[in-house]
Amino acid sequence: MSVHMESLHEPTTSSLPLEYQEDGNLKIFGFWVFLAAEVVLFSTLFATYLVFHGNVAGGPTSQQLFDIRGFTIETFLLLTSSFTMGLGTYEMRRQNTKGVVVWVLITVLLGLGFLGMEISEFSHYVSIGANISRSAFLSAFFVLVGTHGSHVTLGIFWILSILVQVMRKGITPKTARKLFVVGLYWHFLDVVWVFIFTVVYLTGKVM
Amino acid sequence: MLHSLLQLGDKYFMWNEGPMIWTSDVLIVLTSLGIIGVLTYLKRWNWLWKEWLTTVDHKKIGIMYIIAAFAMFFRGGMDGLIIRAQLAVPNNQFLNAEHYDQVFTTHGTIMILFMAMPFIIGLMNIAVPLQIGARDVAFPYLNALSFWLFFFAALLFNISFVIGGSPDAGWTSYAPLAGPFYDTGVGENYYLISLQITGIGTIATGINFLVTILKMRAPGMTLMKMPMFTWSILVTSIIIIFAFPVLTVTLALLMFDRLFGAQFFSVTHGGLPMMWANLFWIWGHPEVYIVILPAFGVFSEVVSTFSHKRLFGYKAMVVSMVAIAILSFTTWVHHFFTMGAGASVNSFFSFSTMLIAVPTGVKMFNWLFTMYKGRIQFTTSMLWALAFIPNFLIGGLTGVMLAVAPADYQYHNSYFLVAHFHYVLIAGTVFGVFSGLYYWWPKMFGHILNEKIGKWAFWIFMISFNMTFMPMYFLGLMGMTRRMYTYPAGLGWGPLNMIETIGALGMGLGFVVMVYDIVYSIRHPEKDLTGDPWDGRTLEWSIPSPAPEYNFAVIPEVKGIDAYWMMKHPKGQEPEPTKAVDKSKIRPIHMPNNSYRPFIISVAFFVAGFGFIWQWYWLGIPGLIVVVIGLFLRSFEYDDEHFISTEEIVQTETAAGRL
Repeated sequence: MSVHMESLHEPTTSSLPLEYQEDGNLKIFGFWVFLAAEVVLFSTLFATYLVFHGNVAGGPTSQQLFDIRGFTIETFLLLTSSFTMGLGTYEMRRQNTKGVVVWVLITVLLGLGFLGMEISEFSHYVSIGANISRSAFLSAFFVLVGTHGSHVTLGIFWILSILVQVMRKGITPKTARKLFVVGLYWHFLDVVWVFIFTVVYLTGKVM
Repeated sequence: MLHSLLQLGDKYFMWNEGPMIWTSDVLIVLTSLGIIGVLTYLKRWNWLWKEWLTTVDHKKIGIMYIIAAFAMFFRGGMDGLIIRAQLAVPNNQFLNAEHYDQVFTTHGTIMILFMAMPFIIGLMNIAVPLQIGARDVAFPYLNALSFWLFFFAALLFNISFVIGGSPDAGWTSYAPLAGPFYDTGVGENYYLISLQITGIGTIATGINFLVTILKMRAPGMTLMKMPMFTWSILVTSIIIIFAFPVLTVTLALLMFDRLFGAQFFSVTHGGLPMMWANLFWIWGHPEVYIVILPAFGVFSEVVSTFSHKRLFGYKAMVVSMVAIAILSFTTWVHHFFTMGAGASVNSFFSFSTMLIAVPTGVKMFNWLFTMYKGRIQFTTSMLWALAFIPNFLIGGLTGVMLAVAPADYQYHNSYFLVAHFHYVLIAGTVFGVFSGLYYWWPKMFGHILNEKIGKWAFWIFMISFNMTFMPMYFLGLMGMTRRMYTYPAGLGWGPLNMIETIGALGMGLGFVVMVYDIVYSIRHPEKDLTGDPWDGRTLEWSIPSPAPEYNFAVIPEVKGIDAYWMMKHPKGQEPEPTKAVDKSKIRPIHMPNNSYRPFIISVAFFVAGFGFIWQWYWLGIPGLIVVVIGLFLRSFEYDDEHFISTEEIVQTETAAGRL
């Protein structure tokens, strides 16, 4: 694009990282605002969960249900995947397509591992009668953790679709921006998990 | 065969409920056939698709929002008239209790979420990019998606009237009344899912306008030099971003209760019905400021323009709006003082509610001082703004009365409350959007709405409005409670109710006259050739009417508040012609392409929503999958922009007399 063209959006200087060039700046900022809305969404779910935590209606309590080994492995998988996503972004900044592909694929595998663990955890609960209808506590648990899980599922598909684009087009301002944005999303889900780990699982195990 | 068909008709189309449903069915089929026939006869399908259904232009999206809002005003207004017909005389059996419940539920829900919201979002689509000197919003494609999500959500909500039955637990949809145990049938599912869909669109709008206003202002326009309407939209966007996700969750929780057997609001498995009231109003109270602050923004523009003075107290206006925004999140319990929160909690929320009167009062005085010693021009737009002040004041002061928690035990859920919120929502929001409509109409269509007919519409509507809602204050104090479908004779409520019904008919007449004004003005247009019919002060008046696709041939340089006024009246110099565009500065302009995808994604959302409402997961889940596929295809779209050449811009600007 020649310098004479006037963009719809304000032009950005080329001293910025690749992903902020063209209209990347605007879109990345927009995504941060979207994440703010997501924070409110999860906050509401957390508040709901805390209100209902003790309302087990004679059903299983969090202490009886949660399995330390399971949620520790889940945490380990997801936190590591956030780190490998960061390495992917690092390789993107170095213009190393191959490095991006390797690290992002590892991220996806870790994400799938997390998801598999969560699905088996959920189906175990359901198999012992601790389903969404058993008590308000379990309703709140399934909806909070399940909302996070469905975000992770969508995230995995999203990452894969961006990966296809990076492989096809190489690292351009556009693909870099897309990779960066989906990275932000992935890190955000990691942060939410840290809260789920603390508020739901750790606290739920002792209280 | 015929028998089983009739049975299906009874089950899904409620044909057993009598002539009102049959009439509606016939009218819907005839209207649809009429629209299809006219489009086919005039060979307009292609035009509709290319120019409107696939557009990403903020001005066209704004126009579509306003058209849809008018249609919803008609639907909600009809509901209102049916309510008033039912209550006109004692012991009336025009509607039974069940139908009456449905009608007041759809009236409230439609008026707030499918009339007030889209009308305001329509005005902000039209005005905000033009006021800040931008060529579109930050994310035009997302903007189209927001509109179509709203549109199909509104459609989904409306078809409940003839397919399956309308929601009937009030627009607040309190649990456990709205839960699966007490409210069987699909009506509440319609409420939950269509609000969910439009809510997603609204969150996207909030994000879009926040980014647009923060990142796309013309050079020189610092935050404190923005037009006041743009300021109001900035603050509104922030409230949307923080309030609407709460609605998303709230609706989802009740949906889980109703569709998947969760226990959030049940009473037998540890659920808490009060959770609904709290969550709903944590969104619901900020929501009333989402619909009032933009109206305040409109009044600020209109009062300043037609007083031919700078807005008095610009900084105080901004500070008070931000204060209102923050306070709006701290008052939700005042909607249910009587539900047993206890004296200390009630005291806190009583106090925080009264506090809102302070920044609102500051704004009131600022509008009055703007008019003080101004050359006031009584245009239709200005009349709506002037009528707003005393009428809204009545609504506001009775609001302070309701905020007194101990006294609220007397007013709660009485017609006093109904009168209060109609005085703030109609005298605030509705007067505001009408004022804005007459103000920005020339910029949208290139002609002025007929002032004479417009003033008739104003006087009829405004007087009838007072006739409808003023008696409600007294009826409330006389003991008439909200949502009762009929009342016995001998309580002395009859005459006032009859006056209200006559007033409601008058409001309907006012609306018809306004629609007539629009039709008349399209057929006998008084062209706005200058682009600046009101001697305006802000940048939207510096460009031709209607605004060209790219808005600004050359992005203007802003030197202060009321940027265009300053261009027209440079300090220490003779006024020079400001409309000329500097040809040497014209460059090709980058614009986003049209896309059919927002429309298709929203249709898929509609289908998915319909499936979930009826718990037909074979329909709902594939619908959602199509939505997700649409989003992924969007990600693979690279070539989505085009250029408008210099020659084309020169041609357009020459035709508009700018070169």
